[in-house]
Amino acid sequence: MITHALVGLDARRVEVEAHLQNGLPAFAIVGLPDRACQEAKQRVRSGITSAELNWPDRRLTVNLAPAELRKEGSGFDLPIALAVLAASRQVTEESLRGHAAVGELALDGRVRPVAGVLAAAEGAKEQGLSRLFCAAVSAPEAALAGIEPVPLHHLAEAASYLRGEWQPEPFDQPDKLPSPEGLPDLADVRGQERARRALELAAAGGHNLLLAGPPGTGKTMLARRLPGILPPLTRDEALEVTRIHSVAGQLPPGRPLVTVPPFRAPHHTASAPAIVGGGSGPRPGEASLAHRGVLFMDELAEFPRPTLEALRQPLEDGAISIARVGGKAVFPARFQLVGTMNLCPCGARGDPAAECSCSTQRLAAYRDKLSRALLDRFDLLVTVPRPRALELAAAPSEASEPVRERVVAARELLRECRLRRTEAADALLSRAVELLPLSARGRARVARVSATVAALAGAAEVEPEHLAEALSFRTPNELAKAA
Amino acid sequence: MSAAAVEPIRAVRRLGRRDLPELLRHIHDPPHALFLRGAGGAEILARPAVAIVGARACSPYGAQVARMLGRELAASGLVVVSGLARGIDGEAHRGALDAGGATVAVLGCGIDRDYPAAHAELARRICERGLVVSEYEPGVEPAPWRFPARNRIIAGLAAVTVIVEARERSGALITADFALEDGREVFAVPGEITGTLAVGTNRLLRQGAAPLTSADDVLELFGLAASQRPRAPQVGATAARVLERLADGAASADELARATELEPGPLAAGLAELELAGLVAEADGRYRAVVPPG
Repeated sequence: MITHALVGLDARRVEVEAHLQNGLPAFAIVGLPDRACQEAKQRVRSGITSAELNWPDRRLTVNLAPAELRKEGSGFDLPIALAVLAASRQVTEESLRGHAAVGELALDGRVRPVAGVLAAAEGAKEQGLSRLFCAAVSAPEAALAGIEPVPLHHLAEAASYLRGEWQPEPFDQPDKLPSPEGLPDLADVRGQERARRALELAAAGGHNLLLAGPPGTGKTMLARRLPGILPPLTRDEALEVTRIHSVAGQLPPGRPLVTVPPFRAPHHTASAPAIVGGGSGPRPGEASLAHRGVLFMDELAEFPRPTLEALRQPLEDGAISIARVGGKAVFPARFQLVGTMNLCPCGARGDPAAECSCSTQRLAAYRDKLSRALLDRFDLLVTVPRPRALELAAAPSEASEPVRERVVAARELLRECRLRRTEAADALLSRAVELLPLSARGRARVARVSATVAALAGAAEVEPEHLAEALSFRTPNELAKAA
Repeated sequence: MSAAAVEPIRAVRRLGRRDLPELLRHIHDPPHALFLRGAGGAEILARPAVAIVGARACSPYGAQVARMLGRELAASGLVVVSGLARGIDGEAHRGALDAGGATVAVLGCGIDRDYPAAHAELARRICERGLVVSEYEPGVEPAPWRFPARNRIIAGLAAVTVIVEARERSGALITADFALEDGREVFAVPGEITGTLAVGTNRLLRQGAAPLTSADDVLELFGLAASQRPRAPQVGATAARVLERLADGAASADELARATELEPGPLAAGLAELELAGLVAEADGRYRAVVPPG
């Protein structure tokens, strides 16, 4: 029987062998199973009995090969059960040929879904297997890999299928991606023209965005509306994202394919491994779950420094590699980072209605939490002051739909050609570097943003006014200067 | 604080009481000696000077005013004296440095201490042209009770003292008291009567200090003509429209968008243009004209 073990996002082929010997009845699993996998003994035994199949009362050894690969999780239950059935001649070895299996067993023999079915299905497909036993709810996910799933509700179904007594319904793969819906809409945001503009620029250029301002100014509300104005995922992107979410066990039931750019918002108490990924058999963290989408870090300065510094690698490379004694796992993590922060620890700064009570030392300490290296990764910085009541009463603003159309058009333009700066724009940039505290990285950042501004305007070249707008989103002086 | 901080101070000089500048020698309680650090000569202390002091935790407005005053007064040839503290003091020094003028920082500790640590770089820049001075021997640690005493030297070195922002019980008010005791002129920058940062300055005004409305008020006292203030650089039509609105007071980008009926894109471009021209500064999301109208 063939199944697959996950190493990072890759499925490694695992052969499950079952052997019956004479001797006192016993059941052993060898081949480096972890705790959950060891416990398969109890589940497999109860499952087989509940399916009114026979448990062989002999000395039973199950081997998971290759023996040096660590096997984790409960997905081995189903393949072990099928291997046991074959070894005890309740189904034929022949009938299992060309099949792979993944799934957990309940004590009453029901088949439960597990994480990483898509990756396992892709692994099986690659190795030329044609069908995959899996839980019925996982079948649409398995079908995404182009393999024919055998959706199971119960272990007994597997046995009757293998004896040729039952055929599952052929599985239809919907070829259209379900349209994204139910995302929060920009029309809900009143006022905040500047922040909305920054959001649109971030979406069009894939820029990282830092929103600063006193609490209650709608920073979080704005950030949550970014996925709704991003271009929808292409099929390949969707598969890539789905694979990660599947391995992490984060796929919502009933929606096998993630078609909307994901939005992940880890809390600031999350540990560094929870964000960048980790564990002994490495699992993807929030940064990878946000792949092709948005990683939103509310109260950026409250995150522990090591966590923030750990994000620098994925921000640079778009991937996270986690080295373990047993090997290395690489998780893609090409996300857009959106952060928010207050202007001071007490939060009153920037709010005309409140008096800031922070000492200068506390203020300096708060700002020191974000290293220059991290701040440099934010292309766009916007300070969102508290809106006046007047603005909140303003008419509803533009909805997400037209904004997304502009974003898609701008991305098209940016992909097609490199927008050049006009001479006047170049001169302005040089002057800005001279006059403002603008590092070499800052200069590159402004140049990048100015290209996005020009693309959004549908211009053929980057004009001085595009560059000037990009300059206005650079690091606020307050954050930039040492004291 | 570290050996590295002490290293650049090779040229420590000491002025005995008889060598003190005229103005300082005649205060109520002149220091026994003054230790000097920096490339500037001791004669800087004898030049006409103005002290600019104020709150450490100042507002963005206060910081901009201090910087502008430092710049304009230094450009007219006055020496800007202050205390190297965070906030107003630091901005006044920076303004003077912006103008390429001379500035003197008076410390409440030994001149080899970088205090506050965040202003170590500023102190180094002051030393390139001006002076860092103290009545304490090198090595003396900063202590709270030394700062009021330091303030009498700040007031003593300057013929005019300007308080930019001060809360009800501010160290800057002590400086003002010393200045008044020694019969020097005191200016206070008027502030909003509803803000705590203006309580100290507004009380000074009520007690008879002169209100400061522009750098020219101080220059007039010294009989100096206002330095050639560079004519406002030419800006585009959009930027001019934004600047006109900002003359009424600080505003956030969104308020400006509404008032000028500009789209966020062109507005942002206009603001960046004004910032580059040095006409507008941004702090905490609000934009402010930094050059007085007219």
